[in-house]
Amino acid sequence: MTDGSRKILIDPLVDNNPVTLQVLGICSALAVTTSLLPALLMCIAMISVATLANGTISSIRRFIPNNIRIIVQMTIIASFVILVDQILRAYAFEISKQLSVFVGLIITNCIILGRAEAFAMKNSPGMSMLDGLGNGLGYSLILIIVATFRELFGAGTLLGHKILPLVSDGGWYHANGLMLLPPSAFFIIGLLIWAIRSWKPKQVEKPEFQIHEVHRTEVL
Amino acid sequence: MEAYVNLFIKAAFVENLALSFFLGMCTFLAISKRVDTAIGLGLAVVVVQIITVPVNYLIFNFLLADGALAWAGLANVDLSFLGLVSYIGVIAALVQILEMTLDRFFPKLYNALGIFLPLITVNCAILGGTLFMVERQYDFGESIVFGVGSGAGWAIALVGLAGIREKLKYSDVPDGLQGLGITFIIVGLMSLGFMGFSGIQL
Repeated sequence: MTDGSRKILIDPLVDNNPVTLQVLGICSALAVTTSLLPALLMCIAMISVATLANGTISSIRRFIPNNIRIIVQMTIIASFVILVDQILRAYAFEISKQLSVFVGLIITNCIILGRAEAFAMKNSPGMSMLDGLGNGLGYSLILIIVATFRELFGAGTLLGHKILPLVSDGGWYHANGLMLLPPSAFFIIGLLIWAIRSWKPKQVEKPEFQIHEVHRTEVL
Repeated sequence: MEAYVNLFIKAAFVENLALSFFLGMCTFLAISKRVDTAIGLGLAVVVVQIITVPVNYLIFNFLLADGALAWAGLANVDLSFLGLVSYIGVIAALVQILEMTLDRFFPKLYNALGIFLPLITVNCAILGGTLFMVERQYDFGESIVFGVGSGAGWAIALVGLAGIREKLKYSDVPDGLQGLGITFIIVGLMSLGFMGFSGIQL
């Protein structure tokens, strides 16, 4: 693998993560992170749609008239989402019930449309598929971290296996009910962003408003 | 009537699309820096939501659902797998029509909404509203009330967040939390606040 294509694949994981830096695609998926298994399935769905849609859009990019490109992109993305949705219903019906509307909402996930518009319309199909794969993985990374935290501390399990024995079953761990509620997902992502930006200070945003520092000489 | 009021409160506060289902988050975080733009966008979302949910209800029940084509003599046809593509088409078309109508008859409102109107097409809150309507099998009246309630709830949350962020500019936030990080934490706190509405029933 050449340096360029490796960069396209690895960059979206931390350095240019779609969720924590580009602020894309938070929409559809945080609700599925209460436990790890649906989150994993959602990641697989998302990665396959991102890769396939990016590849398809890129390979017909020279034939898409500029003023109707959004509709064409939407139709392609929607077709892949329908495909994934039907496959999930056929082979993993129980989990697809849990994911409820969120598989369908991959259509309006800004990561996919954003990458199609920003990358696939300008680059070759191979590169675009790598870009889709990379961004899908970057998104999955965040999703899996959040889901691991929420399931482990909220229910004391991982993928349904008991890790922390609950008090109600005679163990020592008091389940933290907040972890299973929506606010915790926001907190975890906020803290995750804090951690990533402390590690990579280049990503820190400039404050909009700076308080003027008063020097001692001015006061006197 | 009471059931409708109940549904409205549930859609607007208890099951707020933004704060408990994370829908429309991208726009929610991007457009919440100023209160006046937030009000414009909130209004646009309410209008689009009120129109699209009932229209998609009609499309689902008279064209797509299992046996819905009985009036055309095709009782065995089940087109529900085409749902996603038709809803997003309907939403895109309606937003386009709304844009043209506003431009022709209400230029003032059109200018106030500006760029936000076309962006609503890819707002997950709109598609989410439709998908919830289908999944929960609302009837026509309920789908209208649900559209109004969910749109209004989203708008309230957006304007509230914008108000907080306007004040937040002047606070001293740790470097790594600056901007997006602290916004997430605030949204988390708001979501915690909105959970206080759960259990309200008329």
